Amino acid sequence: MLSKADQVSKTAGEIQFQLAASKRIFVLGLLFLTVVSILSVLAATGIGRLQIPWKTVVSALGEGLGLVHFGTVERTPLVVVFDIRLSRVVLSFLVGSALGVAGAVFQGILRNPLADPFTIGVASGAAFGAVLAIALGLGSGSYFGLGIIPFLALLGALIALASVVMLGRVQGRLRRDTLVLAGIVVATFLSALIALIKALDEEAVSAIVFWVMGSFQGRGWIHVWFSLPYLLLGLYLVMSRARELDILTLGEVQARQLGVEVERVRRTLLVGASLLTAAAVSVSGVIGFVGLVVPHLVRMLVGAAHGRLMVMSAFLGGLGLLWSDVVARILLPGGEELPVGVVTALVGGPFFCLLLKRRRGGVILD
Amino acid sequence: MIRAEGLIARYGDRVVLDGLDFRIAKGELVGLLGPNGSGKTTLLNCLSKVVPLHGGRVAVSGRDLSEYSSAELARVEASVPQQLDISFPFTCIEVVLMGRYPHQQGFGTDSEEDLDTAMESMRLTDSLDLAKRPITEISGGEAQRVIIARALAQRAQVMLLDEATANLDVAHKTEMFDLFLEKNRQGTTFVCAMHDLNLAALYCQRLVFLKHGRIAVDGSTVDTFTEETLSSIYETEVRIIQHPDTGAPQAMFVPGQRASSGQM
Repeated sequence: MLSKADQVSKTAGEIQFQLAASKRIFVLGLLFLTVVSILSVLAATGIGRLQIPWKTVVSALGEGLGLVHFGTVERTPLVVVFDIRLSRVVLSFLVGSALGVAGAVFQGILRNPLADPFTIGVASGAAFGAVLAIALGLGSGSYFGLGIIPFLALLGALIALASVVMLGRVQGRLRRDTLVLAGIVVATFLSALIALIKALDEEAVSAIVFWVMGSFQGRGWIHVWFSLPYLLLGLYLVMSRARELDILTLGEVQARQLGVEVERVRRTLLVGASLLTAAAVSVSGVIGFVGLVVPHLVRMLVGAAHGRLMVMSAFLGGLGLLWSDVVARILLPGGEELPVGVVTALVGGPFFCLLLKRRRGGVILD
Repeated sequence: MIRAEGLIARYGDRVVLDGLDFRIAKGELVGLLGPNGSGKTTLLNCLSKVVPLHGGRVAVSGRDLSEYSSAELARVEASVPQQLDISFPFTCIEVVLMGRYPHQQGFGTDSEEDLDTAMESMRLTDSLDLAKRPITEISGGEAQRVIIARALAQRAQVMLLDEATANLDVAHKTEMFDLFLEKNRQGTTFVCAMHDLNLAALYCQRLVFLKHGRIAVDGSTVDTFTEETLSSIYETEVRIIQHPDTGAPQAMFVPGQRASSGQM
């Protein structure tokens, strides 16, 4: 029979052991996901309307990345595999990662597991910027082969964020309930403007629809390079505040009492997550459900701590969107593409319902 | 340890605390009493710098509250809130480790020492076996013990408790206050807002009664825990008896006053 002190020290030892074990499992999981991600990128570049043998795909990738000598692969498969497919696959992975991480952050800041990157109007801002560019006929203009749309989308996202933060301030303090309300107001207003532009400009409707539903059609390396800096900066900002984000989910009062500089940290997180969202939306349009479903799923797998949650969400968001885009490319016969947002909504909607059903307790709607 | 001068707090136009002056010495165990809405929670929140002052000043350890950074203050003062409002399934050990945040620098990962401190705090509050459970899936009383452990893990000199034991069963309630008393004897200062008068009389050396945002009575438990004081503060009839073991005064309420006072 153990004495009480012995039992306690045994429990403490067990907890220490379990914590170390769960850390090991997490690291192994990360390694596994890294491998899966690399394989997925390779596999996805081999899939497409133009049938290219795997051997050619691999050597084209090697040549494109500068690993193999120039001239081993014909021009056409090289362009298709490296310039068209690989860039698109990489971009879809990055956008998915950004949306997954941004979703985790917004859910944490707003203390609401139903929030996503679009709750506070950042995405609507980006969409409005892009739609405006299309309607004004600026869509064909080209700067370094990029087009003006991503610039205006990014600008729209940041302006929307600024107005939401300004509207959401009460007596100099940012409150989460007013933040959500301000977000809804701004998003609704911008959606109405988008609808108005659609009604006025019949010709641009199909381009706008593709944009509003989200698509990677015609995207290339230039879009990767365009969004990457914002994405990395956003990722750094939110990851460096992961611990504070954990504490913020206890509410503003307790976060203060635990020593968190609430205003400053929340602003950093908000800007970081908005940069991630803007980086994603500005090159792909509005892709729903990734930012909502992925953090949910990951929270069930690795728990609520945001450090792990964000890293895992980056991987699963990336993988999810990468394969969704493959489906969007090849699902319809005759070479027509679906907007990838349609795929994520069709898959994500029912999946989300399943997650909700599986949950014990009623903590979703707080 | 804590000094307040002319402390005023307002929500909009409503004055909640109207010019409080008091001192709390290091190592005191003070009970903060008073009817609903008398300003107990607001006062604690002023002391932890969550509610801004509209007048007067508060100094902790001789230093004005405004001179503290959030983390500095959290190393001196630990707060236990009335209730927990959490929608994410953090494990209990993760929640207790949040109490180590003010001691961590920069990116701050949990060190061996942080983990030891957290587990020791959980052991003291009898919540160590909850360590790996999600806090969203345990009872209110269990969560309260975890939150007390989090405050202990802050290793602060001052503990501000807001109804910290309200959700606990009788055994855990006394166990927790025995723990507070032990910590108090080791030098920790306690300010406990409470509704349970008899618990306050059992453990606190000094009682501060708030009413309508002012200090109505402030003094030692023996002097203030009287039929006259309690009856006038709570506006109901109270009788005092002695605790059979400790001799501490205990309040007994008299039923049926609503009918007899003819307020119907």
